[in-house]
Amino acid sequence: MQSPSSLRSFCAAAKEMTVRDALNSAIDEEMSADSKVYLMGEEVGEYQGAYKISKGLLQKFGPDRVLDTPITEAGFTGIGVGSAFYGLKPIVEFMTFNFAMQAIDHIINSAAKTNYMSAGQISVPIVFRGPNGAAAGVAAQHSQCFAAWYGSCPGLKVLSPYSAEDARGLLKAAIRDPDPVVFLENEILYGEAFPVSAEVLDPSFVLPIGKAKIEREGTDVTVTAFSKMVGYALKAAEILEKEGINVEVINLRSIRPLDRATINQSVRKTNRLVTVEEGWPQHGIGAEICTSVVEESFDYLDAPVERITGADVPMPYAANLERMAVPQIEDIVRAVKRACSRSARGK
Amino acid sequence: MNDFMGRKVSYSSQMCFIPEESTNSVPCYRLLSTHGDLLDPSSINELDKELCIEMYRKMVTLQVMDTIFYDAQRQGRISFYVTTIGEEAINIGSAAALNATDVVFSQYREPGVLMWRGFTLQQFANQCYGNEYDLGKGRQMPVHYGSNELNYLTVSSPIATQVPQAVGAAYGLKMDKKDACAVTYFGDGGTSEGDFHAGMNFAAVLGAPVLFICRNNGWAISTPTSEQFRSDGVAIKGQAYGVRSIRVDGNDALAVYFAVKNARKMAVEEFRPILIEALTYRVGHHSTSDDSSKYRSVDEIEYWRTRRDPVARLRMFLQSNRWWDDENEDLLRQDLRTQMMSVLHNAESKKKPGLSNLFEDVYDVIPQNLKEQEQETQAIVGKYPKDYPSDVPLD
Repeated sequence: MQSPSSLRSFCAAAKEMTVRDALNSAIDEEMSADSKVYLMGEEVGEYQGAYKISKGLLQKFGPDRVLDTPITEAGFTGIGVGSAFYGLKPIVEFMTFNFAMQAIDHIINSAAKTNYMSAGQISVPIVFRGPNGAAAGVAAQHSQCFAAWYGSCPGLKVLSPYSAEDARGLLKAAIRDPDPVVFLENEILYGEAFPVSAEVLDPSFVLPIGKAKIEREGTDVTVTAFSKMVGYALKAAEILEKEGINVEVINLRSIRPLDRATINQSVRKTNRLVTVEEGWPQHGIGAEICTSVVEESFDYLDAPVERITGADVPMPYAANLERMAVPQIEDIVRAVKRACSRSARGK
Repeated sequence: MNDFMGRKVSYSSQMCFIPEESTNSVPCYRLLSTHGDLLDPSSINELDKELCIEMYRKMVTLQVMDTIFYDAQRQGRISFYVTTIGEEAINIGSAAALNATDVVFSQYREPGVLMWRGFTLQQFANQCYGNEYDLGKGRQMPVHYGSNELNYLTVSSPIATQVPQAVGAAYGLKMDKKDACAVTYFGDGGTSEGDFHAGMNFAAVLGAPVLFICRNNGWAISTPTSEQFRSDGVAIKGQAYGVRSIRVDGNDALAVYFAVKNARKMAVEEFRPILIEALTYRVGHHSTSDDSSKYRSVDEIEYWRTRRDPVARLRMFLQSNRWWDDENEDLLRQDLRTQMMSVLHNAESKKKPGLSNLFEDVYDVIPQNLKEQEQETQAIVGKYPKDYPSDVPLD
């Protein structure tokens, strides 16, 4: 039985909003509502944000609340965490999560573990956000997906939006959450527009953390995805519809906590599972989802679980190689067919 | 009209490299001679007798507490300990100069600051034993104390991470217009970490009211300062970041007290960071996992322990002014030893934290998966009690 919240469509209105504007408006509203919320990162102020996510915010809130930082991810992350210990609610922007690796000690050892290590005395209401995963033509040091690494860490919450509605609702939830949240965006999605309803546009709109969304209902196979891959999965579903395969697409929204209930409920209905992610295969998100389903719904599986992931290589630069290194819609289509025993072998 | 960097540049046709070291080392501020005599006798009028006595009592308490906890570790009663022997003046002198609302970000060799603010010997012991009364709920190794009430953040092991964190908190204090500063302590070794550089730089740029107190005790485990940096110690690095700094004799409790008191005033009133380098010596081993006789001479250790003891130095000052005598000394030390024995016994006899403490505080609200894991664990431990430690309460 579907839960009502996953069935409701918020897309009744004609208004459209880009993911960029969704994020910008979410930050704007939360900063207006709570004077403890502030934004810091490289280029977030005068430059209006490396990807223009923070456009207009310096002008509106001033340099006390929108801080342009010197180039030291480790430094400003440490400072952000320290201010959160004190009681402020920082939003730390990384130009990409690849650069956050220079700050990962503060994210894990100073933020994620602190509430536990201090026995609840020190809470860390901080949000770490920025583009994650592959963009286009930016090669190995700018294309890594960090969902699996952060997703494995107790003490962190990890979110990854797909649509403008996701971006608004999840970012607002993240900013309001007392725990440290890693918020994995996608550069390619920033410019994409999605329909948004009046409810989504309301400043009080917020989405629950830890709940996945059924983007498309189906009966034959469950496809899980997050971020940009949700769009690919939906397109694959349209193609497969024409061949009589009815795909259910789950937009994870939350990597940690993972909505195992929704995923398992879906697989118990469809009996087949394909996981999709852009990141590397070993120890990836799909590996965790597969195990969760094997542990809880083994008897319901009619076929082995299929995993679609990025290639097990650092991201190459040349356009043709890059295309081979990340999942394409065709890969998802073929995987679904394999799960439905429609093709003998091969990818 | 602005020149390069927005400042006035003074040009010269004399090619001149700034030398790698100055002819004059940064001067070191002290008020007492090594034998406890006031270098400026008239300054006695600025001293508060009661405060000096209280500082001394706390320094002795710290010394006795350390000695007994160290021995307890050697006897296998606690698993680990870090002493502050030789650095009592820095701990207590600085603590006495701060306000209770100043937020402290320590490394791990500053329990005296917590002690000054009111953390009891029993509380220290409870944390070391990780018993059910530990404020830290048994989550951390010994000496990783913390107390929200006393504005002392729970100790975290990675070196120097507390430095930029303190700057962040100071920024918060500034935004809230509080009459308080952030204070962070670190050793000579900590200044090599990238976090030190970022913290100092940011504090200057942000105008953050923060005190950076460096305990330059000569050793970072087995690395002497001669191998840690080639600068004239740490105080000299201040100006490179635009941070006002001072070098002080860290074994002179009065000098530390006045330097910190003044620094605090500047930090809070002028919204600026201040760097204080307190020169001292790490008399003890790095920790109970270290035997420093392996990399430094026993003579050197003994010299500093017996001839340059900051506790004895303040005692000599107090006694020469008849503010303290041998009888006070014996009574104090005896009383402390008795207290410590009772405190240890108490801590040892208490239960360990219950099983629920394993799963709480990972997040603000315990998530469903951890609730389920807790129930499963309770069931298994309840079913096979012989396979599990007998002193872990199931609640």
